[in-house]
Amino acid sequence: MIFLYAFLIGGAICVVGQLLMDVFKLTPAHVVASFVVIGAVLDVFGIYDRLIAFAGAGATVPITSFGHSILHGAMAEGHEHGYLGIAIGIFKLTSAGITSAILFGFLIALFFRPKG
Amino acid sequence: MLNDPKNYSESIKPFQPEVPYLMNCVKAFLVGGLISLIGQLIQTFYVHFFHFSNQEAGNPTVATLILIASLLTGFGIYDKIARVAGAGSIVPVTGFANSITSAALEHKNEGIVLGIATNLFSLAGEVIVFGVVSAAVLGMIRLFIEQIF
Repeated sequence: MIFLYAFLIGGAICVVGQLLMDVFKLTPAHVVASFVVIGAVLDVFGIYDRLIAFAGAGATVPITSFGHSILHGAMAEGHEHGYLGIAIGIFKLTSAGITSAILFGFLIALFFRPKG
Repeated sequence: MLNDPKNYSESIKPFQPEVPYLMNCVKAFLVGGLISLIGQLIQTFYVHFFHFSNQEAGNPTVATLILIASLLTGFGIYDKIARVAGAGSIVPVTGFANSITSAALEHKNEGIVLGIATNLFSLAGEVIVFGVVSAAVLGMIRLFIEQIF
């Protein structure tokens, strides 16, 4: 069942992005930036955690989860070390994503040729 | 008429192609849903065979999707998907990987340091900037409120 929910929620979040692009004429960069901020805002009241529990990867794969996990890591350290903890923990949960994006991006740019 | 700047956006309207709103949404839904479904399959795989908890499995899942998307960008396949899918390929985390890899590939001929390494985040930097700024501000507000009550 989680597979169906992942498909539906993941698709629905992308439709919201498509509507922002088509109807409000936002560039893809603006859509992605607003989605990251929306994800962080939704984390404040634990709404995004409920969405993840419901839809699994349907909520963790869209870029909104990036904003959510940045705030999540920041708050986990923030509860322990106060305001400084926010700076300590901000990349705690997203480091796997950022590290792999830098590593694979660099290696593939090194070994592949640009197409088109 | 076309030279009148006041009426310009009005007068070019008949010459612009009409946006197929519904079709774009359907494509974005199908591709975005499919990428999430693949993510869920990878996550279930990690939970069953590497004994991650459901929450921990999110990190390796995202890393795997990024590897796949970077490879597809290298082979030039991701750009073909993006031409059809629109937001369906931009909103998932694979779009983040695509923007990093394609920016690096595009500037490859300027050298490894000045081309690839300098331009790696020229498109994707906004994701990190807005993520950090919004999380820092919201985190401080939340911590402040929690300390008062």
